[in-house]
Amino acid sequence: MTDTLFLNVRLLDPASGLDIAGELLVRDGGIADLGPGLGRPDGAATVDGAGAVLCPGLVDMRAGLGEPGGAYRETVAAAAVAAAAGGITTVAALPDSRPAIDEPALVRLLRARGEETGSLTVLPYGAATRGCRGEELAELGLLREAGAVAFTDGARALGPARLMRTALAYAAAFGARIVQHPEEPTLAEGGVATEGELSTRLGLPGIPAAAEAILVARDIRLAALTGGAVHFAHVSTAEALALIRRAKDEGLAVTCDTAPPYFDLNETAIGDWRSYARLSPPLRAESDRAAVAAALADGTIDAVASDHAPRDADDKRLPFAQAAPGGAGLATLLAVTLAQVQGGSLPLGRAIELLTAAPARLLGANAGRLAKGAPADLCLFDPDRIWQVSAGALPGKAQNTPFDGRALEGRVIGTWKAGRRVFGG
Amino acid sequence: MRHLLAIQGLPPSAVTALLDLAESYVLLNRTGKTPRDRLRGRTLINLFFEDSTRTRTSFELAGKRLGADVITMTVATSSVNKGETLLDTAATLNAMNCDLLVVRHAVSGAPALLAQKVDAAVVNAGDGTHEHPTQALLDALTLRRRRGTLDNLVVAICGDVLHSRVARSNIHLLTALGARVRVVGPPTLIPPAVERLGVAVFHDMAAGLDGADVVMMLRLQQERMARGLVPSAREYFRFYGLDAAKLARARPGALVMHPGPMNRGVEIASEIADHPTQSVIREQVEMGVAVRMAVLDMLARAGGDA
Repeated sequence: MTDTLFLNVRLLDPASGLDIAGELLVRDGGIADLGPGLGRPDGAATVDGAGAVLCPGLVDMRAGLGEPGGAYRETVAAAAVAAAAGGITTVAALPDSRPAIDEPALVRLLRARGEETGSLTVLPYGAATRGCRGEELAELGLLREAGAVAFTDGARALGPARLMRTALAYAAAFGARIVQHPEEPTLAEGGVATEGELSTRLGLPGIPAAAEAILVARDIRLAALTGGAVHFAHVSTAEALALIRRAKDEGLAVTCDTAPPYFDLNETAIGDWRSYARLSPPLRAESDRAAVAAALADGTIDAVASDHAPRDADDKRLPFAQAAPGGAGLATLLAVTLAQVQGGSLPLGRAIELLTAAPARLLGANAGRLAKGAPADLCLFDPDRIWQVSAGALPGKAQNTPFDGRALEGRVIGTWKAGRRVFGG
Repeated sequence: MRHLLAIQGLPPSAVTALLDLAESYVLLNRTGKTPRDRLRGRTLINLFFEDSTRTRTSFELAGKRLGADVITMTVATSSVNKGETLLDTAATLNAMNCDLLVVRHAVSGAPALLAQKVDAAVVNAGDGTHEHPTQALLDALTLRRRRGTLDNLVVAICGDVLHSRVARSNIHLLTALGARVRVVGPPTLIPPAVERLGVAVFHDMAAGLDGADVVMMLRLQQERMARGLVPSAREYFRFYGLDAAKLARARPGALVMHPGPMNRGVEIASEIADHPTQSVIREQVEMGVAVRMAVLDMLARAGGDA
């Protein structure tokens, strides 16, 4: 394999704190050297970044990939196309597929499906309970041995306190986190929108915002009780974030992520019954959106994930309350996060950390950093290039974006997986 | 006005115009001289995904009295049960060149979705817990005929407001025309943040009825008790059922309304429901036909003459 030298790039590596104009040399699929003033080896190909940002390939710690069982909505191959267009080179795949990822062989299968794409490393979550049914624990040890990065029931909360306690305690023995969908299930049952003036006006069954904080409060106490590690996915309310902030201050093993809809949109996006904006958890009041945005900068939120939930037209072309929840998120992950940087509330380095080094650390993945010897998984983006999101014209298969029509600043120019260009150019 | 999907967002002038037109149909209905050529050659389809004898019959009668060809499809006989989606149904209806489509559906927003996909003018005949615009219009017509104006009228809407599309449409319409609206019910049956819609909330029915000009009762479905929102029918009637003692707190001669069908002894005592001067429940039914004629007429005019 010939060498590739990236010229005229802004090297941005939150893991090491590097943010400097320079070059980066790729050799044999790995990063051979980086920094200002690198010479060009004989025969090396060059990529002129023209001042664009070169950062580690993004690590998306939460996405549904459609397989197995949902290939009409999404496939790993199609998701890989969308991911590459979004600068993502590693993704943690949710286990609530059909069948659920509750067998070691399925963990290996999903990893292999990723390898087949040549552009996307797929890190499977294992099901926390058999079939993600929320009844009995799955074989966490065997799943972990097969390569499961953590355990979760995906879009479904581990509801009973006793079950959550057992899962946290048992998973700790295998050094794995339990990833929780933080929504108290009996309060959320039947609800499709955040309870409040808007749900009342639209006549939609509501879910109180407190359903999130209630489960978060309980699970923090269970983490303290068991010594287990809990990670809250797509956190979306100020109240839950305050609880998580306090738990972190106490030194508990509590982490969390959020997804772009929760800091970029508020509940008014569901007006006129827009089923593409039907998400789980539902979009929140503006005060909660602002709290999520603030928590990106202050460190309460550990990572930003796409929360990619592919849905097809039959899932969404229904009356709002009957439409399936979930939004496509791979292609828009970076640009919607960058909108917070342009808004002035989030430094660029922190934004990229939330998308690279931080989730890689949570997943224990060898990814998300620019360093000699690290895999050459790279994302080159122009932070000023303007584009518009258009449902129907997204890369990959799933088109159910809640950001349809949104104008964004910041676009991926190229993505490289182990030194090979997989997007752009 | 292309469709009638909701009262929310409808300008007061449009409401008044509809009520004025409906007023004229009340008189024509009573004399039996309705203009049967108004909708001649037009096709009206009543599409009921949820059964409702009263509303369906009222729309059928309204269409026939204006000379439309009226067809009623109910869920039991439609292909919706066989897995056809709402939008497939819309495509089918479009192919039939229907002019006016009256839709009743158990899910909020379903008529709005249909309206995006069909050429016909769509009338929302009740969707989920969202709105029931013609019910609010017929209630307003009843009140206007009895009291002359809605301005400053104190109206207490009582009962299961949370699950009531009738309550929502009435709140929007009554507040838009200047009435002072209260909602009365147990906390478990009051919608969140409902005061933001411009109403006052009461959990004590006597206080809520104090000085009211109009008491509008809502139906309590058995299902609410099954889900534990209300412990029992007898407890509900004790605290939120309308009887003579509670009605005595309202203004003398206050009007009593109910959208039907009534649960006698649950939300309303029979002596009140059948009260010869204060109950206007039967009059509401009569106004319903007139209001629906006005709505069909108005939408047909907006769509151009056949």
